[in-house]
Amino acid sequence: MTITQSLFYFLAFVAIFSSLLVVTAKNPIHSVLYLILTFFTLTGEYILLNAQFIGIVNIIVYAGAIMVLFLFVIMLLNLNVESEPQKTNLMKFIGIITGGIGLVVLTAALKSTDPSNTVVIQEVDMGLVKNLGQVLFKEFLLPFEIVSILFLSAMVGAVLLARKETK
Amino acid sequence: MLLLEQLPVNYAPVAFQFFVAVGFVVVTMLATHLIGPKRKTSDKLTPFESGVEVQGNARHPMSVKYFLVAILFVLFDVEVIFMYPWAVNFRELGILGMLEMFTFMIFLLLGFIYIIKKGALNWE
Repeated sequence: MTITQSLFYFLAFVAIFSSLLVVTAKNPIHSVLYLILTFFTLTGEYILLNAQFIGIVNIIVYAGAIMVLFLFVIMLLNLNVESEPQKTNLMKFIGIITGGIGLVVLTAALKSTDPSNTVVIQEVDMGLVKNLGQVLFKEFLLPFEIVSILFLSAMVGAVLLARKETK
Repeated sequence: MLLLEQLPVNYAPVAFQFFVAVGFVVVTMLATHLIGPKRKTSDKLTPFESGVEVQGNARHPMSVKYFLVAILFVLFDVEVIFMYPWAVNFRELGILGMLEMFTFMIFLLLGFIYIIKKGALNWE
């Protein structure tokens, strides 16, 4: 086994293990910490694939900014022990059904993909910032410009929802 | 030529530094925990709040304004990330790339003007 392969297996193991802990941890703050660990291991995987831009963006946006949002949500929720919502049997049943449907969809999607040689990178320089920019600003120009409209709507939506009118 | 040298192996020093940083924190915490003397009194085990006596619970719901600032930060953060690939390719993309980025920026600038006009970042 090469170093890359053993690193891949190590990172994959930590990623799966910590994402299981995200779900099973009782304390929501611990969940968030395990989620950060998951993001860092995924960044390691991206760097192993030489997708350096995605790797750094994953650190900046997900481990940096999205994590702050998760923490704010937890702090907004007022999680006292006595106000913990009780799960009825009906809720558990609905949870099992939706989770099962999600599992079916994921399995179907996984079965329909071709087995690809992911460990060997076909084009080594594919994920570098320079090549990504060449593709983004030529081939995928329209989606890129639409992203700015998405940002605009997100801004307006956030301001409208979070701010009460003082008039 | 330059691009061919950018391989995952080049991240080994970064990984090394990461492990040293994490290892230092873990070793320091474990060592202080094991070596240091412990005198546990009820006063010492209370959370330190700048010498003021602890009042109530830390689990208070906080203002949604913090969340608004955070979500706007995320939006502008992602915007800046879109500028990295543009800046690296600035010469190759030329005037057309400049116009593309300006269109992108104008929409975000409109959003920024909206935020300022609405006073969404005013704390009151």
